[in-house]
Amino acid sequence: MESTEQTRSISGSMQSPRSPSSLPYLSVSVTDPVKLGNGVQAYISYRVITKTNLPEYQGPEKIVIRRYSDFVWLRDRLFEKYKGIFIPPLPEKSAVEKFRFSAEFIEMRRAALDIFVNRIALHPEVQQSEDLRTFLQADEETMDRFRFQETGIFKKPADLMQMFRDVQSKVSDAVLGKEKPVEETTAAYEKLKHYIYELENHLAEAQKHAYRLVKRHRELGQSLLDFGKAVKLLGACEGEPTGKAFSDLGTKSELLSIKLQKEAQQVLMNFEEPLKDYVRYVQSIKATIAERGTAFKQHCELAETTKLKEINLDKLMLTRSDKVGEAEIEYREIKAESEVATRRFERIVTRMEEEIVRFQEQKTEEMGVAFHQFAKGQARLANSIADAWRSLLPKLEASSAVQI
Amino acid sequence: MMGSENADGFEETNLNSQREDMENLDLGVDGDAGGDDPLKKSVVNGDTSNSGYRSAMSTLSNVHDPLSPPPTVMIPADSDPLLAPPSAYQDFSSFGSKPISSDNSYIEPPSYADVIFSPFDENSDSEINGAEDSSLHSQFSDSLSRSPSSSSSDYIKITVSSPQKEQETSNSIVGGNTYITYQITTRTNLPHLGGPSEFSVRRRFRDVVTLADRLAESYRGFCIPPRPDKSVVESQVMQKQEFVEQRRVALEKYLRRLSAHPVIRNSEELKAFLQAQGKLPLQLSTDVASRMLDGAVKLPKQLFGEGGASAVPVQEVVQPAKGGRDLLRLFKELRQSVSNDWGGSKPPVVEEDKEFLEKKEKMHDLEQQIINASQQAESLVKAQQDMGETMGELGLAFIKLTKFENEEATSNAQRIRANDMKNLATAAVKASRFYRELNSQTVKHLDTLHEYLGMMMAVQGAFADRSSALLTVQTLLSELPSLQARVEKLEAASSKVFGGDKSRIRKIEELKETIKVTEDAKNVAIREYERIKENNRSEVERLDKERRADFMNMMKGFVVNQVGYAEKMGNVWAKVAEESSQYDREKQSS
Repeated sequence: MESTEQTRSISGSMQSPRSPSSLPYLSVSVTDPVKLGNGVQAYISYRVITKTNLPEYQGPEKIVIRRYSDFVWLRDRLFEKYKGIFIPPLPEKSAVEKFRFSAEFIEMRRAALDIFVNRIALHPEVQQSEDLRTFLQADEETMDRFRFQETGIFKKPADLMQMFRDVQSKVSDAVLGKEKPVEETTAAYEKLKHYIYELENHLAEAQKHAYRLVKRHRELGQSLLDFGKAVKLLGACEGEPTGKAFSDLGTKSELLSIKLQKEAQQVLMNFEEPLKDYVRYVQSIKATIAERGTAFKQHCELAETTKLKEINLDKLMLTRSDKVGEAEIEYREIKAESEVATRRFERIVTRMEEEIVRFQEQKTEEMGVAFHQFAKGQARLANSIADAWRSLLPKLEASSAVQI
Repeated sequence: MMGSENADGFEETNLNSQREDMENLDLGVDGDAGGDDPLKKSVVNGDTSNSGYRSAMSTLSNVHDPLSPPPTVMIPADSDPLLAPPSAYQDFSSFGSKPISSDNSYIEPPSYADVIFSPFDENSDSEINGAEDSSLHSQFSDSLSRSPSSSSSDYIKITVSSPQKEQETSNSIVGGNTYITYQITTRTNLPHLGGPSEFSVRRRFRDVVTLADRLAESYRGFCIPPRPDKSVVESQVMQKQEFVEQRRVALEKYLRRLSAHPVIRNSEELKAFLQAQGKLPLQLSTDVASRMLDGAVKLPKQLFGEGGASAVPVQEVVQPAKGGRDLLRLFKELRQSVSNDWGGSKPPVVEEDKEFLEKKEKMHDLEQQIINASQQAESLVKAQQDMGETMGELGLAFIKLTKFENEEATSNAQRIRANDMKNLATAAVKASRFYRELNSQTVKHLDTLHEYLGMMMAVQGAFADRSSALLTVQTLLSELPSLQARVEKLEAASSKVFGGDKSRIRKIEELKETIKVTEDAKNVAIREYERIKENNRSEVERLDKERRADFMNMMKGFVVNQVGYAEKMGNVWAKVAEESSQYDREKQSS
């Protein structure tokens, strides 16, 4: 069941529930951040509202309370289960304690979490995940339990096996004298990897400057405020009409200061944040690339091991050894594992191909929106600055006419 | 690649390399090449008035816009029609992108900024000059006026240039010091200076100090513009090119201010400085050493020393007491001023002019506020500059991204995105340029504030002249009674001696002579005080008027500037918004 390719709105509200019920929809919003707990234990909780007509869900609307680590749980699960798919990124944990509860940070995080969940809800494959349903519907206690299981030191047995196998393969590599890790070497894939790594650098730089630009807006706003005040004080020392002119100038300056602060906020939310999100996305792709690398290695190794076992088996069969039975069983087991590993790897490859296409289209759309909003915001700001100053000119003209 | 264009070498290195990057982009000139040229000129002539905003200016690097490539480069289509004819993007079409968005041969309509505020940017200054009482404005913002002030027919334009190292000729075995001389070129039509004509002299800084001192003597009570500072570490600092350049600029400003003063411009002292070839024919009146030697002959009889009253020119009294032979006078005036402040009795003549005291207070307040405003103006300039820089860096980053995406493109989505980025990047780079231009204009306008700080010092000087003249009067006045008393005492004592007391009678004669001289001096001092009072009054009145006019012009210039550039930026961004209008989600929300 796929949701149709909508124009994705970042705010998370997609089709309205009023649309004909035949059209499947799943829309989520993350709202209403509230600080809970005290001191070091304090955290923010969010209201997650799900609206859907999908039968797997418990009803048309469901509201649950979630915290950041619940989102982390969801992402970790999806990352494990849907290898090859670019799971949307999460906003970072904040290192700086002071900043963690600032209004700006909370809002930025809320918006990012909202986008996160909605992207998952829109993804044709991932949206069917049971973990997603758990996340969106389970009551808080259940959620806590799940989360504790996952993020605690009690890792699931499957993970332990995986870790063990990784170590094993590293050891065997060393033993067999394999220095170089096994890697795919297709030209197309190489190109993709190179692209992703380079892209991250470029984007990070752009994002850095975007963030600085936000600061510059704030600084300019502040200096206009201070300038306005100083000019007004100066006007108070001068007689008329200069005094009045200064006073008008100062007032306008203060007014524009406010506009600049507003625009700073807009640039932050609508331009810098999307860029940051873009960077995170690319980083998550890198993680997927790493997964693919691991899967490829497994596939290669198991294929090789299988071949060895096959050769061994053939040898034993020729010599009509009584170990044939055992060897045959081993061989079949390894072969099955190898096939699993190969399928896993191939599924990742297929998924990634689709995902790349999706990613590019999605990013073009999202960046287009971000650029458009940025340009609009700057245009609006510039025009209101022009209007404000322009309105002062007739007054200034009048004043200077009086004077001389 | 920018070396030849940059008159100053103040670029920061990273800004340098960024600009080089930007220049390589061949984005082409936008509608502000017109804005570049006069400002380019101004730098060449050394007109940039960057006094208090040095830190901002040093990285501003004016308008030698490295972003405007040489004219052989193709200009993008959407540039201002004021420029060379537009043509399609040359560089970006090589990216292999199919322009999804608007046709690249679209011509931008004339900017409102150019139409409505037709004298705009560099031109707006001359509009202001022409429309208002521009002689005042042009005097104080010389770097703004490209042409001489249009309303009055008098003009005098002074330029300071070509600093040169010279050696003092000296008889000593060690050899003389080196010092710097500057060429002072005057172009004027003032008859007093033999105009219309143009002439040059070479002067060193010491000459300027002499000029300033002589003017201070001759024009007590006037608001004389303060001269540039001496440097404490002169000989060490002198080697640095930067220092020499700073001083050159400061000298030029100083001389221009002097020539702007309606009275001082006609002074003999200034004339001698500007015209007299060879050594400056102004006496160093503060040459304490030679005066001390001279004074050995005419000992400190200034006003009323002991011993024979020889011909001390009574006119001396009109000068404030200085060091050297005026020590005695200094001492007496000091005693007087202490008595004024701390003594119980009122001094004989009191600064009864309440108006003056109020004015002084007001001037002090005004000065404080000008200082404050000047500082905030500097912050504003810095903030504008930073904004422009960051905007430019953002644009550059996106240009690189665009190139990258296009090179690596494997899907159409990427190419579309690359194109969108390009539009944004181009706009950001343009906006960055606008900010820089806006800022260099802003500096010039707000520099008026800084100029007037200098003038406030001049006012303080004028007030100080008045106070010291008054002190002289007071001192003289208080001396007279005590002299009288001594005469009476001597006369009484002498009358008791039969046949006269020769020594006492001689003393009485001397004292009577002293009293006469003192009386005369007192009268001269009073006249001088009145004269200075009048100078003060008329000067302050003149200055108030000028200052108000200049501040009005400053405000107008500043505001016009802001409007114009805001409009330009608005247009640039509006275009990008339009080109990306398919991404407008506000309309499409369900």
